Amino acid sequence: MIVVEHLTKKYGNLTAVRDLSFRVEKGKIWGLLGPNAAGKTTTMRVLTGYLSATDGKASVGPYDVFEQPNEAKKIIGYLPETVPLYADMTVVGYLEFITEIKQVPAAKKREAVERAVEETGLESVRGRLIKNISRGYKQRVGIAQALIHDPQVLILDEPTIGLDPAQIIEIRQLVKSLKKNHTIMLSTHILQEVTQTCDGAVIINEGQLMASGSLEELTASFNDKDGVILKLRRANAEAASLLKKIPGVDAVKRDGNEYRVEWAKGRQDLRDDITRLVVDKDLGLLEMRPAALNIEDLYLKIVSGGPVR
Amino acid sequence: MKNMWSIAKKEIRAYFSSPIAYVVITVFLVLAGFFFYSLVWWFNNQAMEAAQNPYYAQQMNINQMVFSPLFHNISIILLLVIPLLTMRLFSEEKKVGTEELLFTSPISVGQIILGKFLAALFVLAAMLLLMGLLTGLTFAYGNPELAPVIIGYLGLFLMGAAFIAVGIFFSSLTENQIVAAVLTFGTLLLFLVMNWAAYSAGGAWKSVLNYLSFFQHFDGLTQGMLDTQDLVYYASFAFFGLFLTHSVIQSRRWR
Repeated sequence: MIVVEHLTKKYGNLTAVRDLSFRVEKGKIWGLLGPNAAGKTTTMRVLTGYLSATDGKASVGPYDVFEQPNEAKKIIGYLPETVPLYADMTVVGYLEFITEIKQVPAAKKREAVERAVEETGLESVRGRLIKNISRGYKQRVGIAQALIHDPQVLILDEPTIGLDPAQIIEIRQLVKSLKKNHTIMLSTHILQEVTQTCDGAVIINEGQLMASGSLEELTASFNDKDGVILKLRRANAEAASLLKKIPGVDAVKRDGNEYRVEWAKGRQDLRDDITRLVVDKDLGLLEMRPAALNIEDLYLKIVSGGPVR
Repeated sequence: MKNMWSIAKKEIRAYFSSPIAYVVITVFLVLAGFFFYSLVWWFNNQAMEAAQNPYYAQQMNINQMVFSPLFHNISIILLLVIPLLTMRLFSEEKKVGTEELLFTSPISVGQIILGKFLAALFVLAAMLLLMGLLTGLTFAYGNPELAPVIIGYLGLFLMGAAFIAVGIFFSSLTENQIVAAVLTFGTLLLFLVMNWAAYSAGGAWKSVLNYLSFFQHFDGLTQGMLDTQDLVYYASFAFFGLFLTHSVIQSRRWR
């Protein structure tokens, strides 16, 4: 749905985005993840037609954003980093104005406004002036603005920035609920946002692609080990050595009453053997969970070092 | 066309839902009323004196003695108030970040600019219309010629349109409204009095400076003389201002 090929954007001598390529499949939520000043906003601004690119290609749906900007804009809903609100308008008045500039046919304007109000939960503030509503509601108005013309693609630049934890959860749920009808790309520098809301991610740093793919692909590409974390009631040094004796186990690390047991990726699943051992030796199994190295390690590694692949 | 109108409507609503339009129109009308009253009062005095002198009485002309100087005075007031009307048009969008919304919507930059231009023209027209009602009183109590008055108002409107285009241009340059207003004001003043420099300049420069001056083209219109050259001057001035605005906005995307 979104295809970016060899995109480069320079501001004078500063290269904000360098030879960036990625694609986002239809009907998915994709995160554009990177530290501050990684080029996330620039990438989104190019995709939405706000900025031109120095080099490269980008298309949204069937339209090239440089060749057919108006067609592309019609199928994109965009929430910029600073929510573009007119403080002196009412929520509904603002949304009506948006239907006009987004070319919603006259007959469908009312319906579009009502649908956006409903989907984003703005019913209670619909008649209020935008300057008088809370930060969380402003963010919702921003999202309502982005989806009012029922675009195929939603591009959200840091949709949860500056919100309190409860509002963040609300907005994340809202974004997830929009997945049914829209392909979504959201940028963030917060990792949990990606692991909790997204199906996949494009990770960039200093304008360059570091990794991209679905969350499973990303973690898989990083891990060469499989493993589990065991929590035992009767934890002791002997347990560790017993675990280590299981054929195939490469390493056992103990942290309090938790043991991280690792084995080479792609080998047989050793979980059956481990369970059997724990039960036989009566070690008191409290918990066993997959120790798939999380995307957090990947992200930290990427941000501090070079590309993973 | 429809898009342009959407933008214009939004701007007109913004003018009238904040104090801007009301304050500007009120101040304009108070000043216009004051000038008008003073000129009529002076004309009355002259008329009293003329009553004793039949030759002098023939020279009395309300178009020449009231309307022409009034239009000149009003042009200065427009120069003061129009920068205040136009300063926010693009500066504010840029500062608040709504510019990003407009430029990522499926409407052209030209439509956005023309919509904003139209909205400011609307406020200008409202000011001139209300002033027209005020000065219309002379028709109830005297017998001025109508055509020169209408041409004078047309002149004010055209000059105002050129002022607005300049204001929009400076508004597109900066996100600071005060800076936009001051630059507009300075530029307009310079163009208004450019013919002063023509007195001392010689040859080709003299006619160039004269041609560029707002005043030079306004004189004829205040006296009811409709000259295509003047109309073309104001129209091209407005067009040029809007064209530059378009270039500024487009070039910013490429930086």
